[in-house]
Amino acid sequence: MDAALFSSILFATVVAGTPLIIVALGLLVSERAGVLNLGAEGMMAMGAVAAFAVTHSTGNPWLGVLAGLTAGMGTALIHGVLCLSLQANQVAAGLAVAIFGVGLSAFVGKPFESVALPAVPPIRIPFIADIPLIGEALYNQQALVYFSWALFWAVLWFLARSRAGLVLRAVGEAPASAHAIGYPVILIRYLAVLFGGAMAGIGGAFLSVFYTPMWMEGMVAGRGWIALALVVFATWRPLRVMVGAYLFGGVMITQLFIQGSGLQIDFPAQFLSSLPYWATIVVLVLISRNPNAIRLNSPASLGKPFRPEQ
Amino acid sequence: MLRLEPRTEASRLMQWCSPLLAATLTLLAGLAIFWLLDKDPLEGLHYFLISPVKDLYGVSELLLKATPLMLCAIGLAVGFRANVWNIGAEGQFMLGAVGASGVALYFAESDSALILPAMLLAGALAGALWAAIPAFLRTRFSANEILVSLMLVYVAQLFVSWLVFGPWRDPMGFGFPQTAMFHDAALLPTLLDGTRLHLGFVFALGALALGYVFMNRSYTGFKMRVAGEAAEAARYAGFSARRVIWIGLLSGGAAAGVAGMAEVAGPMGQLTDKLNFGYGFAAIIVAFVGRLHAFGILLASLLMALLYIGGEQAQQYMNLPSSISMVFQGLLLFFLLGSDVFIHYRLRIGRARA
Repeated sequence: MDAALFSSILFATVVAGTPLIIVALGLLVSERAGVLNLGAEGMMAMGAVAAFAVTHSTGNPWLGVLAGLTAGMGTALIHGVLCLSLQANQVAAGLAVAIFGVGLSAFVGKPFESVALPAVPPIRIPFIADIPLIGEALYNQQALVYFSWALFWAVLWFLARSRAGLVLRAVGEAPASAHAIGYPVILIRYLAVLFGGAMAGIGGAFLSVFYTPMWMEGMVAGRGWIALALVVFATWRPLRVMVGAYLFGGVMITQLFIQGSGLQIDFPAQFLSSLPYWATIVVLVLISRNPNAIRLNSPASLGKPFRPEQ
Repeated sequence: MLRLEPRTEASRLMQWCSPLLAATLTLLAGLAIFWLLDKDPLEGLHYFLISPVKDLYGVSELLLKATPLMLCAIGLAVGFRANVWNIGAEGQFMLGAVGASGVALYFAESDSALILPAMLLAGALAGALWAAIPAFLRTRFSANEILVSLMLVYVAQLFVSWLVFGPWRDPMGFGFPQTAMFHDAALLPTLLDGTRLHLGFVFALGALALGYVFMNRSYTGFKMRVAGEAAEAARYAGFSARRVIWIGLLSGGAAAGVAGMAEVAGPMGQLTDKLNFGYGFAAIIVAFVGRLHAFGILLASLLMALLYIGGEQAQQYMNLPSSISMVFQGLLLFFLLGSDVFIHYRLRIGRARA
């Protein structure tokens, strides 16, 4: 493989992995607080459409990202109200958020289906972008790619080193004890859910404003669900989320490169396109095969409603 | 000050009133949405509630739309009752359509009366086979069935697309991604002259009856319910958790497969890549709104079908995207989940007594 091809595959892999990292890290924080939000696909779709609409009308992609963040949070808030204030089943509420978000985004996005946005130029980091082979691929990227790295370090530090992170984990592991000590369990869970929504919104914004600067119904294409699978795959640890997201990015990109290479492979394009979905299944099987890994690492109260006694 | 007070016992009244409350709230939200969009709310109401059912043809279209929803939802309910979360009915629906189409295309020359039963069987088997993947991976490797069944929806869609762009494409079809039209022996007969309502509706009613007997009157159904409501008790009683997962997923897959068969052998008359109507996802809402009960699912599927048709009418006459029906469907489920709080809690005014 020549250097230019390697560089472009690496570049594309990083880009494809970025939304997964951002969304999965948000979900990870929410799940560490004990709240399962299956609505990621819907929150991403809402973030994508809001970001596209605002970028389209203001011309400023950063206002777009802000709008995506807000839309993702707003959608997550519904999940929070249902599960945290009204004690609804988290699986059912998450599915409702997914269906509603995908539907509402299709509805409000209809007028934008035929417009395109100008591509946002990447940000080149001086000097290190000149490193041969990997410099161009890693350090001449969209700002949100750098954001995803910063987010990784921030989440890692928050969960492992900060006092607030410790409280959040306590809420996820033993909500009754956390409540007894006097921590506001419901409030902390709300904040975690909103953070998850905000990150899903940014992930969606990355798709519609930076990755493919256009809006199309169903453009999230299962990435929200893949991000949920990634969190399980990562056994709720940020570093493994990073690794997993780039692996998935690699699978998505490799199949695109094979399809685009014009290689005369007698293999239908649809089968190649289904690879990321099969990969998700395979990865889930590999990680779940060892039930202890899941049981030891999953937050003890994940998916269980909690109601503080008055 | 308003506050929620736990009830000592779940309220049976609210169990059934909560869907009605949810439907009412959805209706009010709908009026508000039309008003916000600068459309006449009463006109919107007319297109969503009245004009779809104003004549016999309209009613037949409503029942036609409700058919796949009933089938998918009753199958899902069997699993949901046991806490088996099959959310890939959409994919199992597509595989059922593929299985049935395979039979219809392979026996295109024959006009035997056995073709339709064979298609029905193939559809149910193909749907069940697709659901067997998450069932196997869950029981053997404890892989989460929600994510696996959902991933398989995307795979199913790509598989259908490959078939109709590739090996199954109609050579006379001017290159459109669709199979040849099925011959008459492979089409479900219509129930009423001049309408599109077909025999599949009878399948759906049959499935509801079967679902009722299985869930509410059979020992296995009872075991499934125990597994869902009290997993520990089920284990103590020696009920096999694996069997519960297999039955939950396979019945959902088979029912969705029959729905897919009824769609290609009914209103479509061929297999195309435009199979993604979202019935499999909407059926999740139907199952919940119908309280995972056969009779409730019958009513809920009619309501959801009304929302589908209303969306089409809103597109045609009010210049609104038809995806508005998905918005209403999502709202319906939100309001239902929210109203369900009153099953276990009652609303009190004033401070709690010490």
